[in-house]
Amino acid sequence: MSCEKEYRSILLDTAKKIAKKYPLEYWMEKDEKCEFAEEFWKDIVDAGFLGILVPEEYGGSNLTMEDLYLVIRTLCENGCGMAGNWYICLTEVFGALPIVKFGTEEQKKKYLPGIVDGKIEFCMALTEPNAGSNTFRIETFASKTEKGFVVNGTKVFISGADRAKGMLLVTRTKKLSEVENKTDGITLFLVDLPNPRVKVSPISKHGINYSHSCEVCIEDLELTENDILGGPQSLHKGWKQLIYVLDPERIVFTAAAIGIGMLAIKKAVEYASTRKVFGEPIGSYQSLQHPLAESYAHLECANLMALEACRVFDSNGNYRELARASNIAKVVAVEAATRAVYWAMQIHGGYGYAKEYHVERWWREINLIRLAPVTQQMALNYIASNVLGLPRGYK
Amino acid sequence: MKAVCFVKSVPDTETRVRLTGNRLDKSEIKYILNPYCEFAVEEAVRKKEAGIVDEVLVISMGPSRAQEAIRSALAIGADRGVHIEDDNLDGSDAIVTARVLVEAFKKEGGLDNYQILLFGLRAIDGDTWSVPSMIAELLGIPAVTNIVKLDINGNKAIAIRMVEGGEEVFEVELPCVFAARKGLNEPRYPSLPSIMKAKKKPITRYTISDLGIPSDAVGKVGSFTEVLEYTLPPQRQAGKKVEGEPEQVVEELIKFLREVANII
Repeated sequence: MSCEKEYRSILLDTAKKIAKKYPLEYWMEKDEKCEFAEEFWKDIVDAGFLGILVPEEYGGSNLTMEDLYLVIRTLCENGCGMAGNWYICLTEVFGALPIVKFGTEEQKKKYLPGIVDGKIEFCMALTEPNAGSNTFRIETFASKTEKGFVVNGTKVFISGADRAKGMLLVTRTKKLSEVENKTDGITLFLVDLPNPRVKVSPISKHGINYSHSCEVCIEDLELTENDILGGPQSLHKGWKQLIYVLDPERIVFTAAAIGIGMLAIKKAVEYASTRKVFGEPIGSYQSLQHPLAESYAHLECANLMALEACRVFDSNGNYRELARASNIAKVVAVEAATRAVYWAMQIHGGYGYAKEYHVERWWREINLIRLAPVTQQMALNYIASNVLGLPRGYK
Repeated sequence: MKAVCFVKSVPDTETRVRLTGNRLDKSEIKYILNPYCEFAVEEAVRKKEAGIVDEVLVISMGPSRAQEAIRSALAIGADRGVHIEDDNLDGSDAIVTARVLVEAFKKEGGLDNYQILLFGLRAIDGDTWSVPSMIAELLGIPAVTNIVKLDINGNKAIAIRMVEGGEEVFEVELPCVFAARKGLNEPRYPSLPSIMKAKKKPITRYTISDLGIPSDAVGKVGSFTEVLEYTLPPQRQAGKKVEGEPEQVVEELIKFLREVANII
């Protein structure tokens, strides 16, 4: 059930107050020192944001994707930038959401209360060195044994794996070469971390350094069929579950893109309204006004599309409709936000390149979203082939 | 022991104030719970959490948006709300507001039920700073305003009041009015679980006839004062930069302080 209008404004006000509590310098420091933002994490946990999608019986608030989206957007655009989305996405979208939707009663009891009170952070292990956009080609394999399964494989860019207590692990339980339908034989497991069979090594990266993305090597990890998300009956049927993680991931990253874009526009407007180079404030020049106005307009449109994606999700709509709306929202939001940050930097001139003006940090943050959770090109491919019906150029 | 908080819905501090002619343009204003009232509510809720108070009532007078302020207070942790809404109230000044609030308070049992009456020191919109003291006067009880600390011991309270250059410590008997200023506490932001709980808390609504107040006793007609017009403060002038050798600069600054600013 979604939060009623009167109460939603209080909820978003809380999000705004938390965001404002952390000045831009806080994020600059956390990013520079590559430190997890413990104080911020505690605040969003105390505010109940990790339990937005979790039913009340497990300590959550049982609200909607729309509420989650709006909270994240509010955090991002009021100063947090990507951080307003990042931690929530890792734990709530990769952990809470699939468990709420598909988990067994036992799995719900085991993980959800800990997720809500911030004790269990989560991560999702999907991407592999040889399988990024083409999930079906993943090579991490869970072989059947007498007791259950033994998993081997390597995952890459697994954000938060260094801190996580839980991992949604995407495996194949049937080889791609042995299935008729490539969606068959994918199985999702819930794995407890840290685990001596799972080696986690952080990868140095371009931005978002208040969280580590890691290489994860899995060697002879023993699991049982009760570790399968949804229990034994979900064996080989992970693809349908995974969709309900990947599309919401696009939705929350859309919130991040819009938030970062709006934040950059606000900073640019403030600067351009006072900075004078030839007498008048530079903000009076239309060559600087139009890109900001245009980015703003596109971000607002992307916001409507993201809300549409939330509506489809919240009404248990068809997954094709969900994928359509969330891919469109993601593509448009990222294009517009990239433009917004680009122009915010341009408007700041040389200062835009200086760390203390923060725009360069947002530039590094927005750069991620054109690559992940899905590249702009793969999102456009989806729209082209699955919505417009054009022939596919790749199999 | 029970506490009551009198709260007001005011424009958000981030709202850009616009005028249409000499009247306030309210069309784009976002309203919030008056930040000073937040201190009052937070204090009452803390007293409840400390086991000193067993109920926190919130009373607000105003158009439908006053309910949002009440809901915010309920989300912080107050137990129930009273909303006085009536078209006749439009244009009421401070004393009329105080009288109406007193009637609503009496309807809820008044001083027989509530011993701690908490207010924000001032509302950031009207900024009259007067309603708390007026209500104390109307009820015939003491008031300590501008407080930064409040300790309740049985039937007595120790309140610390900020004055210029120091603090005054008051010991008062309850019931008493207290008006909170910044520093009394750090108000929490409502967590999602408290917001969910707030949904189930009741808000009672009164019109002036429910309170037995005739319509000519409120609004513009019932008020002593009337706002004739609004004007925006003059735009800030750019600062003046004094440059040169130190001796020269000091001389020029002193001249400025004497002749232009008239400070020395």
